[in-house]
Amino acid sequence: MERINTPTAQNAVLQLKDVSVSYSPGKYAVKKVNADIFPHTITAIMGPSGCGKSTLLRAINRMHGLYANIQTTGEIILKGKNVLAMDPMVVRRMAGMVFQQPNPFPTMSIYDNVLAGYTLNGIRLNRNEKDEIVEQSLKSVSLWEEVKDVMNKRGSFLSGGQQQRLCIARTLALKPEVLLMDEPTSALDPISTNKIEELLLELKQQYTIIIVTHNMSQAARISDNSMFMYLGELVEHGNTTQMFTKPKHKRTEEYLTGVFG
Amino acid sequence: MKDKIFKSFLFAAALFILLLLAAIVYALVSRSGETFQTYGFWGFVTNSEWDPRSATEEYGALSFIMGTLYTAFLALVLCVPFSFSVALFNGEYFKGKKIAGVVRSVVDLLAGIPSIVYGLWGFYTVRPILIDLGVSVQGFGIILSALVLAIMIIPYASSLSGEFLSMISNNLKEAAYSLGATRLEVVKHVSLPNAASGIVASYILALGRALGETMAVTMLIGNTNRIPGGLRDTGNTMASVIANQFGEADGLKLSALIAIGLLLFIITALINLIAKLVMKKLSHA
Amino acid sequence: MNQNISISYKSRKAKDKTLFMLVCLCSAIAMVPLFFIVWDVISKGYKNFNFRLFTEVTPSSMDALMATTNGEPIPGGIINGITGSLLIVGLAILFAVPLGLFIGIYLSNNRGKRFARLVSYLTDLLQGMPSIVIGIIAYAWVVKPLGGYSALAGSVALAIMMLPMIVRSTEETLKMLPPAYKEAGLALGASYTNVVFRILLPSGFGGIFTGILLAISRVMGETAPLMLTALGATVVNWKIMEPTSAIPLLIWDFYNDPNLVDLIWSSSLLLLIVIFLLNWIAKIVARKWNV
Repeated sequence: MERINTPTAQNAVLQLKDVSVSYSPGKYAVKKVNADIFPHTITAIMGPSGCGKSTLLRAINRMHGLYANIQTTGEIILKGKNVLAMDPMVVRRMAGMVFQQPNPFPTMSIYDNVLAGYTLNGIRLNRNEKDEIVEQSLKSVSLWEEVKDVMNKRGSFLSGGQQQRLCIARTLALKPEVLLMDEPTSALDPISTNKIEELLLELKQQYTIIIVTHNMSQAARISDNSMFMYLGELVEHGNTTQMFTKPKHKRTEEYLTGVFG
Repeated sequence: MKDKIFKSFLFAAALFILLLLAAIVYALVSRSGETFQTYGFWGFVTNSEWDPRSATEEYGALSFIMGTLYTAFLALVLCVPFSFSVALFNGEYFKGKKIAGVVRSVVDLLAGIPSIVYGLWGFYTVRPILIDLGVSVQGFGIILSALVLAIMIIPYASSLSGEFLSMISNNLKEAAYSLGATRLEVVKHVSLPNAASGIVASYILALGRALGETMAVTMLIGNTNRIPGGLRDTGNTMASVIANQFGEADGLKLSALIAIGLLLFIITALINLIAKLVMKKLSHA
Repeated sequence: MNQNISISYKSRKAKDKTLFMLVCLCSAIAMVPLFFIVWDVISKGYKNFNFRLFTEVTPSSMDALMATTNGEPIPGGIINGITGSLLIVGLAILFAVPLGLFIGIYLSNNRGKRFARLVSYLTDLLQGMPSIVIGIIAYAWVVKPLGGYSALAGSVALAIMMLPMIVRSTEETLKMLPPAYKEAGLALGASYTNVVFRILLPSGFGGIFTGILLAISRVMGETAPLMLTALGATVVNWKIMEPTSAIPLLIWDFYNDPNLVDLIWSSSLLLLIVIFLLNWIAKIVARKWNV
């Protein structure tokens, strides 16, 4: 792998320290997870369903703050600041999120969907700025050529794969520090999935990506590092190739060889 | 064999609704014929004179049409902030929470209170307040009826629009939150635009309720047969004039009252149709 | 993050909070009238809410005036209204419930068909029809041809009002039943008729019954259509062809007769109790037989 920096805690873009998430007192969906995520890498979070991988991802951009009963403890350091002590609104702009189901805003045009982050945050832009952001963002997800003539159509007219790329563009338009993806291809067909995977490898040049996936081969194809979670605990975290060839833990091996999952 | 009979029986029952509506229209049209023959449709609708004295007998519906529009629209305007809040409370802020259930039950009970009890409450409790506030000398009139009507239609406007708001998927709202939006911004840019047609339709239906409401308005509007001079004035709505004068009416007057009933039927049917069309637009979006 | 953006965060948050507080405040205000109305009716009505209310007929205006001038409570009750309401609403139930059930079954089984859509639309139309117009209809259909006001005419009006509510609740309930119920029945060789009566209606009982109770509670307080049809009576009447009173009709009479004003509130209290009880039972039924 063409990693430029040697991975030391100092240059980690995101650090998880003893992160725990509970849905009700005493019941933990994520237990004391510690991990460092380095810039310009793709980290895949794997594990059987219900292992807490999505829950961990959603903790990073404070999505749990939307639901009163969910408690997140520990420290999540993004660019040197603990996001758990920050304003969730600021955090969510710094950590962009792409969801399992493509969710373009159905009442907005493709153009407005890309700019939704700005509209929602009440940021006023002039026409030129808007055009530029839209073009740049759509180009970065290779959607520009496909939609540049139907900008005023609603986003819901696009195919599933196009919709998902539109959602990625919408997130990138805000220039986030990390890109969080919650099983972004699980609702898509193989061809669209392939396109998105290629896209992620390109985006890695500029962004740091964390992707939750239930698809092991996807993790193997695109990720630099992998995290394996089981019953809320982070069992193993390391170089993907190493983990797939020589897992350190029995659980990881069992999962990767399909004993459970 | 048995099934065949049963199925045709079910079909007959459904057909009955069709016949019922046809018979309703026939009854209204045939019994109001005299009026429309005497004055013509537009002559009746645009005449504000209502004079039952036999020497100068003359009937026109305009005063009551105007009275109805005044009260219903004022009631609609007055009810918006509250019904809208209740809809947001139940369908967005406290969606699925116990407290939303409590609020919904309380508001539902408002719909259960009979019109006549609203009338009594308006007469004995609200009217003196309006007199004290100097709204009018007697308290009766457009404002008093619209105020009480507004309360009566809150449940209709809020329950349907709350339902439409609660149907907005979490997936969509989370997308907006993940871009850094506040709840207000999510409501404004995501929830409202997506539920818009449903919300509009629910207010149209609430307006339909307000237009046809009878007893409370009859007791509160002051029952004067002329176009209200303003919101502080008294008047009569289409429903209230029927309720007030039907008992002693015969001949041309009875036919004129039924003609007003026909107009009211047409208006509420139109309102229903518009609401349907607006909602259809929603399902296509 | 520069200064400007953090200031705008503050103002956005403030706006967000303001909306939340406005929503809570206005929702609270929207609930206040209910308590005021209920309080009004209870505090003014409990004094005359006695045994006589249920056993004696409405006093004449003269008797009431005599009693008040002598400083005594108004004699009499509203038994004629109670029995009248029972008679008129009971008849309306007889008309509307079977018909509404069948139409509801028809609609739930023929979804999407053109005729069913038309019937469904007309049902909505009927539901939105002002009660006073329905009063006129019953007047034209029953009072005029039969030459007089009657309990029957009143019950026809109330039945027309109940019908769409029952159709809707039946249709909605049956729609929510898993299709497997129906298919399982048919797969076992049961006739369609048996599937409807042995499987669908019993499994949808809760929803359908709730709908019927709510429809009853809705027409229980209807006044306007009865003014045009049942007219009212000062005696207990069980004959369906005679003018008959009802609780809401009596309230209207009391409202218009200054001597009888004291009876307004106790009758309203009774009416509210009946309606809220029906609503409450409907809620319990809906919860118990939840499909």
